[in-house]
Amino acid sequence: MSLHHDVPPEPDLVQLLTPEGIRVEHPDFPLSITDDELRSLYRDLILVRRFDAEGTALQRQGELGLWASCLGQEAAQVGSGRAMRVQDMAFPTYREHGVAWCRDVDPVTLLGMFRGVSLGGWNPNENNFNLYTIVLGAQTLHAVGYAMGVARDGVVGTGDLSRDTAVLAYFGDGASSQGDVNEAFIWAAAANLPVVFYCQNNQWAISESVERQTRVPLFHRASGFGFPGVRVDGNDVLACLAVTRVALDEARSGQGPTLIEAYTYRMAAHTTSDDPTRYRLSDELETWRLRDPIERLRAYLIREAGVGHDFFTEIDDESEELAVRIRAACRALPDPDPLSPFEQVYSEITQELAEQRAGYLAYLESFEEAHS
Amino acid sequence: MSAANLSMAGALNAALRNRMEADPKVLVMGLDVGKLGGVFRITDGLQKDFGEERVIDAPLGEAGIIGAAVGLAIRGYRPVCEIQFDGFVYPAFDQIVCQVAKFHNRSLGQVKMPIVVRIPYGGGIGAVEHHSESPEAYFAHTAGLKVVTCSNPADAYWMLRQSIDCDDPVIFFEPKRRYWAKGQVDTEAHPPPLHSARVVRQGTDVTVVAYGPMVATALDAAGAAAEDGHQLEVIDLRSLSPIDIDPVVQSVTRTGRLVVVHEASVTLGMGAEIAARVQERAFYSLEAPVLRVGGFDTPYPASRIEEEWLPDVDRILDAVDRTLAY
Repeated sequence: MSLHHDVPPEPDLVQLLTPEGIRVEHPDFPLSITDDELRSLYRDLILVRRFDAEGTALQRQGELGLWASCLGQEAAQVGSGRAMRVQDMAFPTYREHGVAWCRDVDPVTLLGMFRGVSLGGWNPNENNFNLYTIVLGAQTLHAVGYAMGVARDGVVGTGDLSRDTAVLAYFGDGASSQGDVNEAFIWAAAANLPVVFYCQNNQWAISESVERQTRVPLFHRASGFGFPGVRVDGNDVLACLAVTRVALDEARSGQGPTLIEAYTYRMAAHTTSDDPTRYRLSDELETWRLRDPIERLRAYLIREAGVGHDFFTEIDDESEELAVRIRAACRALPDPDPLSPFEQVYSEITQELAEQRAGYLAYLESFEEAHS
Repeated sequence: MSAANLSMAGALNAALRNRMEADPKVLVMGLDVGKLGGVFRITDGLQKDFGEERVIDAPLGEAGIIGAAVGLAIRGYRPVCEIQFDGFVYPAFDQIVCQVAKFHNRSLGQVKMPIVVRIPYGGGIGAVEHHSESPEAYFAHTAGLKVVTCSNPADAYWMLRQSIDCDDPVIFFEPKRRYWAKGQVDTEAHPPPLHSARVVRQGTDVTVVAYGPMVATALDAAGAAAEDGHQLEVIDLRSLSPIDIDPVVQSVTRTGRLVVVHEASVTLGMGAEIAARVQERAFYSLEAPVLRVGGFDTPYPASRIEEEWLPDVDRILDAVDRTLAY
């Protein structure tokens, strides 16, 4: 006999809306959704894409130092983001602009760290949306700890869906190789924590394809840790919504963690500093363009939901207004005070830091005196 | 009775118990901290009294312990994490340095990180490698962290209580070779501030700054020096970040001579920082260069020769002689 068998073919993924915009059913993930909800999801997708495009444009204009685009991943983010209840907590990477949108975090706030005027800049507990985390995978352990707190607070498995709380931990195919992510899986499984691990497999970790990270489909890894894994069409907002909703509800009811692999594609560069033409073929991009998350919903809305021209015009107008607001607000973001790095290093400034600040201030003021 | 004769281990245990009783948000987390009571028994009996929900035997991963503590802190808890041995903290280095240290700042002060990371450190117990290290300078170098170390049972008790009460993350170094030395602990005393240095022996000839396991060694050296007619002033630094430099400067202003002692390798260690600050502030008081007595810039040696490698009374006295002869 041989211990090594052939690698099985790529598995199916959960899909509720085909790339052509045909609504299909999945036996495990039924979704009843009103036309108004569909329109609302479409609006989210359009506005997130527009915000993201403004991010790229603002970087090109020199208004941002960097932008990490979520182009192509809008459905994966909006679907999961809208699956959360208000009390649920999200732990994003640095690319979850669509999730931030769903958590009512002002897009302009997100721009702060890309413009270089802040290092984070919001209160995670205000919208239940943690700070962006740049070191890959670190936030999955934060999600685990937060879920431990949720469990200790007695808001898991009470049966009260308005109180029971779940935690959604975002990461990517690259981060799935990090030790932190694997430790997070172990902790969540061993303590049966209310965490949903949401891996957006966008096929690329900068220039490294997902084959560099794994030789099994990523969602299969969950079984080795002892909890369910599922692959969902990450460009299908309905499937992402349905699957995440089920996983979050199972988590909040005390059934423990799930790994969702949202199979998607990073249509843009890793960041505005990256040049993907050096490592991937344009054919691949074209293939994924045909699976665009927004076009399929638009097609469905027109064909099956009878949504008329006015609706789309209305959303386009709103998108334009959002863009105007973002551009103006971005340019208006003030540079931080040169002395601001000394603030909030500690809950109270230490004497030695106060002395450093005083020395720096005196130095700065010496120039003003020289000029006056 | 408010005063008791306790070992450092017992004092640390009492401090944990005191804070857990005072605040239900205080959790203890680490490897083997439950039924076993920790490999050094610092958490002995706590799980029995406070339950598995508050005294948590963690899966075996240091990054996980600290990463989970971050999430607990965001949720409003005050985790006290035990790292089993100094040399095992490095897998958690990213979580401590990038996440714990910066979170308060990144959230514009809106989320506190009241996390204590307890680390038994230093050598002298005949251990295998990775069990005798002194990594304090790595953490003292990092903005956003506070770093302290105790040298006696009373300080162990009060400094740990103060660290748990602190809204900032505190790396709490425990000199493992002093765990079983006993001393009086007054649990109703008014302790000095957490981040204050303390003169533990007065003298006029040479200032000796030490901390953690080396304070007792420095005091022994001062006793021996006195027999030779040299009066050493010994300062227990206690806080490594922030550093309470004023008592050191005041002492050097009187003695004109300074020797800094620690187990950690001297290059870029705490001694280098103390020397730099003292020469900035007391340049004209110095009668001799500041000398450092510490570990050599080698890996911590195999334990059969650690007593030769570690600073001891004779190496401190040698430095004292050299500074007096200058």
